[in-house]
Amino acid sequence: MSEAPAIAVRGLTKRFGTRTVVDHVDLTVQPGRICGFLGPNGSGKTTTLRMICGLLIPDEGEGEVLGLDLAAKRRAIKHQIGYMTQKFGLFSDLSIAENLEFIARVYRLDNRKARVDAALERLGLASRSTQLAGKLSGGWKQRLALAAAVLPEPKILLLDEPTAGVDPQARREFWDQIHGLAREGMTVLVSTHYMDEAERCHEIAYIAYGVMLARGTIDEVIAGSGLKALQGEGPGADRLAAEIEARDGVEMAAPFGSTLHVCGPDLARLKAAVAPWADQVRFTEAEPTLEDVFIHLMKGAVDNSVLESA
Amino acid sequence: MGVRLMWERIVAMIFKEVRQMVRDPGTIAMMLMFPIIQLLIFGIAINNDPRHLPLVIEANDNSQFSRAIVSSLRATSYFDVIEVVGGYGEGERLIAEGGTQFVLTIPTDFARSVVRGERPQLLLTVDATDPASTGPAVAAVNEAVNRAMAQELVGPLAVRQPAPPPVNLVLHRAYNPEGITSHNTVPGLLAIILSMTMVALTAMSVSREVEQGTMENLLATPLRPIEVMVGKIVPYFAIGLVQTVVILFAAKVIFAVPFEGSIVLLMACTLLFALVCLALGFTMSTLVSSQVQSMQASMFYLMPSILLSGFAFPFRGMPVWVQWLAELLPPTHYIRLVRGIMLKGWDWRLAVPESAVLLLMLVAFGTIAVQRYRDTVA
Repeated sequence: MSEAPAIAVRGLTKRFGTRTVVDHVDLTVQPGRICGFLGPNGSGKTTTLRMICGLLIPDEGEGEVLGLDLAAKRRAIKHQIGYMTQKFGLFSDLSIAENLEFIARVYRLDNRKARVDAALERLGLASRSTQLAGKLSGGWKQRLALAAAVLPEPKILLLDEPTAGVDPQARREFWDQIHGLAREGMTVLVSTHYMDEAERCHEIAYIAYGVMLARGTIDEVIAGSGLKALQGEGPGADRLAAEIEARDGVEMAAPFGSTLHVCGPDLARLKAAVAPWADQVRFTEAEPTLEDVFIHLMKGAVDNSVLESA
Repeated sequence: MGVRLMWERIVAMIFKEVRQMVRDPGTIAMMLMFPIIQLLIFGIAINNDPRHLPLVIEANDNSQFSRAIVSSLRATSYFDVIEVVGGYGEGERLIAEGGTQFVLTIPTDFARSVVRGERPQLLLTVDATDPASTGPAVAAVNEAVNRAMAQELVGPLAVRQPAPPPVNLVLHRAYNPEGITSHNTVPGLLAIILSMTMVALTAMSVSREVEQGTMENLLATPLRPIEVMVGKIVPYFAIGLVQTVVILFAAKVIFAVPFEGSIVLLMACTLLFALVCLALGFTMSTLVSSQVQSMQASMFYLMPSILLSGFAFPFRGMPVWVQWLAELLPPTHYIRLVRGIMLKGWDWRLAVPESAVLLLMLVAFGTIAVQRYRDTVA
């Protein structure tokens, strides 16, 4: 990848009062890539997205978005970024078509009518174009918000937990669209809590309490964590979670249906830990999941958001 | 049993409400501060028997009688004799410009006529654009003049002190000869109605976006603060113009309020005033954090606009410090302009001073509004 990155920020820091919400975050996303932005609640995902799209001015750090300096070219950057806010941010007392038309006017798009119609068609909203945005269900609101964000044909799309509270089918369709947009060359940075969504990204970035803890493709992140996992099958395996988790060398044990998923940093110690139950439960080596990695990373991080407010 | 349960649920609701109220210190502060401030200002300011009204004496005759009348008038608490002028027509000019509310004209040869027992006339000209404030004062002039004459008409002149008073006080109600109250209130209403809609509506405009979560989206677009501001103001501005036309039409057709001046000049002043209101509303809206607070802030502004601007109560009847406070309110100046243009037929030269104040306010509020509105969140 010799192309210049679409997003390249270094040492991005934001403080609110004495609390450092984002602490020297580096992030690089290549054009046309979908980067999943993960982290626990209050970890600074939204703040980072806001700094990238010019809604917040970083206290420290620098970077380029589409080759434009983050500090000096805030307005030019706004023109080329589509941002979908966490909370539905369109006007609930305007119709779907009117909302899109407003965005088209604000970005001074040519062929306004044609573009709005095309967007409605593409998103399957054409039959509902006169419905008020506030009356839409969660899934439809999300579609509309995406339609509004991509209407000005931005080069970068920032999505802040776009699929929270949306049903699986709508989520699937949403991600198909995201992949379609990426194929056309759009760079996507999307924050999410869903592991299945993370797995649909080209690469992921994991941030906890303002600090970037892991970066790379999913395989890279899992390998980088050094975690090992075992899967236990047998009568009553799922009921052993609490007992096994308390043992040395086990980082976590979680039941999945009738099986038990156990992981820890060292395979030998892990095997020793489950040995007492070997007669009733058969343990086999398994791949650690992304979820394992995230919970592992989270346990290692200090939750300063809670410490500060306490 | 059922009643007890209901009461417990009501208590739960009360607890929740009080907790939410306490979490919003801005609202609490306004709820406690506003009544105190308003009580202090309005309690002192509102006075239906105004005293210390400005009086100019146009003394075309400088005699012992004139001097006695001046000092007698000074002795009443109703008037502050702000000037004794000599030139003929000088008093008329001062009243037209709004420099004084009363002019007592003492004619030439006044003293000689008194001595001869000719019962000369004294002319009291009243600016009746505000009829409410003039009644008691007029009676006081009569009394003061008679007392002065009684003091002077001693010795050989005592014969001139008989039953019909030695002078004849003629009252001239300028600009509103019949003392019709609606001639005063209808032009004033223009200021109040414009204030209510322009300020209150724009004051909520920004806080509504923030509360509904649409602000973040707006800020993420390339819209500039000034573009958002102008875009929000223009529709309200149009509403204001429609209101003005409706009120002026009603003033003419229903209330038969005279219209002495130029409609173009009045519209120009109205335009300026509407802009001041909108800029003020927008400034408020950048200072508050919720729609409820916007409502309270605009109420806090409207109350004095109605009570102190000279709309509801005589401006000159208020203590001087309250008058200065009222000078800070845009409607005070606009009301003077409307009454001046409609009732007194002010031309643009007479309208300049009040308009200049409004223009200054527009620049000030506009600057604050643009400064306060940020294109970033938090």
